[in-house]
Amino acid sequence: MSRLLKFNIFRYNPEDTQSEPHMQEFVLEETDSMTLFIALNRIREEQDPSLQFDFCCRAGICGSCGMVINGRPGLACHTKTRDLPGEITLLPLPVFKLVGDLSVDTGSWFREMYTATESWIHTDKEFDPTALEERMDNKDAVAIYELERCVECGCCISACGTARLRDDFIGAAALNRVARFLIDPRDQRSENDYYEIIGNDMGIFGCMGLLACEDVCPKHLPLQNQLGFLRRKMGITSLKRIFKK
Amino acid sequence: MQTIYTDFLVVGAGLAGERAAVQAADAGFSAICLSLVPARRSHSSAAQGGMQASLGNSVMGEGDCPDVHFADTVKGSDWGCDQEVARLFADTAPIEMRRLAHWGVPWNRVVPGKSIYYKGGKQFEKVEAEDKEGLIMARSFGGTAKWRTCYTSDGTGHAVMCTMDNRCAEKGVEVHDKTEAIALIQDGETCFGVVARCLRTGELRVYLSKATMIAAGGFGRIYPNTTNAVICDGGAHTMCLNTGVVPMGNMEAVQFHPTGIVPTDILVTEGCRGDGGTLLDVNEKRFMHEYEPDKAELASRDVVSRWMTHHMREGHGVKSPYGEHLWLDIRHLGEEHITGKLREVYEICTSFLGVDPIHQLIPVRPTQHYSMGGVRTNKDGAAYGLKGLFAAGEAACWDMHGFNRLGGNSLAETVVAGGIIGRKIAEYLEGSETEFKTSLINDEVRKQQSRIDALVNCTNGSENVYKVRKAMQDALHKGANIFRNQQGLEACVAELQEALIRSKNVGLRSDGKGVNPELASALKLEGQVKMALMVAYGALQRTESRGSHNREDFTARNDRDWLNRTLAYWKNTDDTLPTLEYEPATEVVEIPPGDRGYGKSEIISADTPKGKGKKGK
Ligand SMILES: Cc1cc2nc3c(=O)[nH]c(=O)nc-3n(C[C@H](O)[C@H](O)[C@H](O)COP(=O)(O)OP(=O)(O)OC[C@H]3O[C@@H](n4cnc5c(N)ncnc54)[C@H](O)[C@@H]3O)c2cc1C
Ligand code: SF4
Ligand code: SF4
Ligand code: FES
Repeated sequence: MSRLLKFNIFRYNPEDTQSEPHMQEFVLEETDSMTLFIALNRIREEQDPSLQFDFCCRAGICGSCGMVINGRPGLACHTKTRDLPGEITLLPLPVFKLVGDLSVDTGSWFREMYTATESWIHTDKEFDPTALEERMDNKDAVAIYELERCVECGCCISACGTARLRDDFIGAAALNRVARFLIDPRDQRSENDYYEIIGNDMGIFGCMGLLACEDVCPKHLPLQNQLGFLRRKMGITSLKRIFKK
Repeated sequence: MQTIYTDFLVVGAGLAGERAAVQAADAGFSAICLSLVPARRSHSSAAQGGMQASLGNSVMGEGDCPDVHFADTVKGSDWGCDQEVARLFADTAPIEMRRLAHWGVPWNRVVPGKSIYYKGGKQFEKVEAEDKEGLIMARSFGGTAKWRTCYTSDGTGHAVMCTMDNRCAEKGVEVHDKTEAIALIQDGETCFGVVARCLRTGELRVYLSKATMIAAGGFGRIYPNTTNAVICDGGAHTMCLNTGVVPMGNMEAVQFHPTGIVPTDILVTEGCRGDGGTLLDVNEKRFMHEYEPDKAELASRDVVSRWMTHHMREGHGVKSPYGEHLWLDIRHLGEEHITGKLREVYEICTSFLGVDPIHQLIPVRPTQHYSMGGVRTNKDGAAYGLKGLFAAGEAACWDMHGFNRLGGNSLAETVVAGGIIGRKIAEYLEGSETEFKTSLINDEVRKQQSRIDALVNCTNGSENVYKVRKAMQDALHKGANIFRNQQGLEACVAELQEALIRSKNVGLRSDGKGVNPELASALKLEGQVKMALMVAYGALQRTESRGSHNREDFTARNDRDWLNRTLAYWKNTDDTLPTLEYEPATEVVEIPPGDRGYGKSEIISADTPKGKGKKGK
């Protein structure tokens, strides 16, 4: 006989005036290779069709299914039940606005982040469709891709003490984004330009360096290095600015 | 109720939709993309392998040019494609790849000097040219004469999607995520926008636009086993077929990918085979080279999937609790390659299978992967049947893929088509004035609201939405899979007709309040069953084998009777079968039908005098 798993799942439907936040228990028999994706879908199809949660790729590549799994933010689709105890507690990610049950609104949060960090290449060069592509060192390309692997799951934000305390802190994913453009030779922004964006308490100087972000990042992004890199760069930029005054 | 106006409305914020929106925004028009999920979670971001364009920078791509890419594409399609469109595509792809580089995509670049690569399990050496240093690199993919697939490690879709979405943010293209379009607003002649459901609150909302584009991706979820994301459910297609006037093209052309992992059907990229991975059977013996001496593992997907299924049927499959499968072997590529260029593959194997591909074999089987069929458009991307309605990307049958698309050609299509059609839409917007009739809008909203009320109140019955969906999926799996025959397809059609009746009697078990996922599934179910019928009925009528459509009882490709495209309509809501019409596959013929050079080559040529073999009704 396989295990009977007990799920404690956070329930609240803000669109239903009768609904109160509470935990609800579901019991499910474990099957081979069961992931939380399989389990939650079974609960919805067999026990409670109103249960809200987000999955999309179910393959760990889109970042939809971030949630707090037994106290730790992570991707539900690549969490196997066999790696968890028989009792599993699922909560929505904090920091983000709750849509219902386990579903949160990461989309709006990240869209604001793109605007705040101006998350695009700044260049005055025009594209010439008749010319060869501009050359680039493969090492640079690989280094940029390394940082662009962020799937915007929001786990790092949810695990971050600063982000929980102040909602204007832009978070590790945003700082990582800035680092991505900072190392891109195509982006013509200067360090001073970046300082305008992140050289304050909402940005790099708000980070307490406790590194919960890197611990939970399901894509294993080198967040620690990026935060250190930005702190040094911005520290120096800050000094330069003081001496210029 | 909220009403939102825009010049250009796109249903879908994947690569095709966003690329078209950027083009319209560049021309000074307002554009809004709707999406079920934040844009970057669109299925485009799941593409790992890469996108084809004949840049010819790699030494293995030397001599490549749009002509060769065009020929590969036409052969890949098994002469089912529109050659004018395939030409447009092949010519434009290199420009679009360079444009993407300019916008920020970190393409892997040529590193000059010696390096090794694998083919058919054997090691070879190549030397990249000094003068190509830093240009966009390419890798090998199935069915192509040259190394032509541009890539960023194995996260191509993700990287290109990020860049495109950044571009949208820069250009002021709005993305309304967690928003689901559920019906077109149209009067039988012109499309004026959509009624959508907000997936944050459950409320209905109206979007009015001068031009509307369907860029909603594939609909693989009508099958039980698929590599597609759970949002690839065909909801947006169903609102087109519900108009009765917009046809779906070639719905029977469904691609099965050779390497879905068992049991979850998550895809491991064709890049595995492109980079030299091999397929092994139960005895851990290679077999593809016996069926396809020349291309072996690198024949087109339809061919490889078919031989794999055949080989398992011959008793060489590996038995497992989830059915039979074969093995994919990439061990010889070594740790550095696997954790570098195939890192996503490495992560998928370790996190979902508990298999370490550096030392272990990967269990794989062919699984539903791509929908060649979709909303039929002309070469400008305008949908048949309604003015102001366009389609692009996997959702469309623009038709450069015919009956089989080549790996790497779809992601490239999204940006190429998005760009070309976006430009056409800007021209259309330039010359168009639209009046929105409030009565038309109110009628559609009322109709949608009463559908919702009927589902919530179980007015038409209390069939379980998930059980009916399963019945539909199982019918397709049994009857309209890799190998097809008359008996299986007839049974499939009959089962689907039963499912269609049940789908009209669905009632919710939950209260339907707020976002309610059960309601979202119920709203599109009837339409999904109709799409499934278009697949199965179209396949039943097509008495030949072409590309991914393989009839065991009609094994030849029959150019005499079937060098055409199926158009499937759902003319009246109460019909129990689609109405099929046919049009020539291509008006312009650059390459007359011939042998593909791989796969089997039984062909009834167009010049063969008429004998038996009937034309579809
Ligand atoms: C696992 C996998 C790997 C692949 N790898 C490759 C590859 O290496 N190379 C290649 O060329 N191709 C590849 N493909 C195919 C390719 O990725 C897709 O065909 C392509 O990305 C489709 O892009 P799209 O823009 O048409 O749609 P998508 O990217 O699927 O976007 C669809 C959009 O429509 C939205 N939408 C859907 N329905 C609605 C609705 N009712 N209302 C509002 N919005 C809606 C979705 O939210 C989404 O934003 C792969 C496919 C899969 C499944
Ligand atoms: S290191 Fe900085 S960003 Fe990361 S969790 Fe700690 S405070 Fe947050
Ligand atoms: S940095 Fe990591 S944890 Fe944070 S959003 Fe990106 S992928 Fe998720
Ligand atoms: S569903 Fe895509 S990451 Fe989990």
